[in-house]
Amino acid sequence: MKRVKRRYIALQLESECMPAEREFIDAVWSAITKLYGEVGASLTGLALIDFNEERKVAVLRVSLATLRLVRASLATISSIAGKEASVHVLGVSGTLKALYTRCFVPKNG
Amino acid sequence: MTRTFADLHLRVNLKDYQATQLIVKAAKFGYSLISIPFTSKLTEEELTKLKATCSEAGLDFVYRADFHPRSENDLTHFLRKFRRRFEVICVICESKEVARQAAKDRRVDILCFPSLDYHKRFFDRAEAELASCSLAALEVDVKPILILEGPPRVRLLASLRREVAIAREFRVPIVVSSGVAEERLLRLPKDLASLAFLFGLDEAQALDAVSTTPAAIVARNREKLSSRFVAPGISVLKEGKSS
Repeated sequence: MKRVKRRYIALQLESECMPAEREFIDAVWSAITKLYGEVGASLTGLALIDFNEERKVAVLRVSLATLRLVRASLATISSIAGKEASVHVLGVSGTLKALYTRCFVPKNG
Repeated sequence: MTRTFADLHLRVNLKDYQATQLIVKAAKFGYSLISIPFTSKLTEEELTKLKATCSEAGLDFVYRADFHPRSENDLTHFLRKFRRRFEVICVICESKEVARQAAKDRRVDILCFPSLDYHKRFFDRAEAELASCSLAALEVDVKPILILEGPPRVRLLASLRREVAIAREFRVPIVVSSGVAEERLLRLPKDLASLAFLFGLDEAQALDAVSTTPAAIVARNREKLSSRFVAPGISVLKEGKSS
């Protein structure tokens, strides 16, 4: 079986109050499902790798083939858990090491 | 090469405290060129103040006028009166007659089709052919994509995909703008470009639509509006005294 290539996306959350980890990932899934449906969402291989509440930064893992689809979906997020919010992409990388170095994303824990 | 990003359509109410915040945020997000459409309510003083706010934030402010003509004559009258006052002229096409005239007229820089109704979007092959000859660009605002949900967004995306495909076929430049008035809807330039994926632009074309294409429109018009401009490719370098 061919190895699935992945990309890591560093995100900056902008909202009045910080959403919980669960609320954030639900908002991401919801945005992807609204735009591409459940089949489209299932192809993304989306996973939340890191979530820093203090700095409002998150790291997602997606498959390379669906990177553009996920980026477009992330840009459409305008609320999280019923509160106004937006998500900005800080950077995309093939390895977590490079992402943390390049995007100045602090590692959680 | 670093790109200079532009958002030629920020809708700011100058009486609102959000105006300055929005401008500062646009600068923070990495935009270099921004434009706020001129309205008749805007005084010369307010416009100067706006330009000063943009300069303070490190942004290049572009004078832009949006016009909703009711007829061809209305459009011609407007262009005759305002073309030399603004760096960018956008015509909001709400009838087929106006859309065709705007696409034909070389004084129009941007064509905009804001209606969500499929029957009121007039960017078809005939329109694209006229626009490609007159160098008018097609503007796509992403705000409706951000605020709509469900069937209206599905219909809008279908219309945009069709229009963008026609524009590409006829080599009509495409400009992607935010069209937002609120800070929370403002997106980073690359996020704005990634939204263009939803209506069929690839990565390079999407990035051009938020950088090179709008910047080229502004540069072309600034050159035309300068006192040294004579004709395309001809400008006054030095004026001598007649003996």
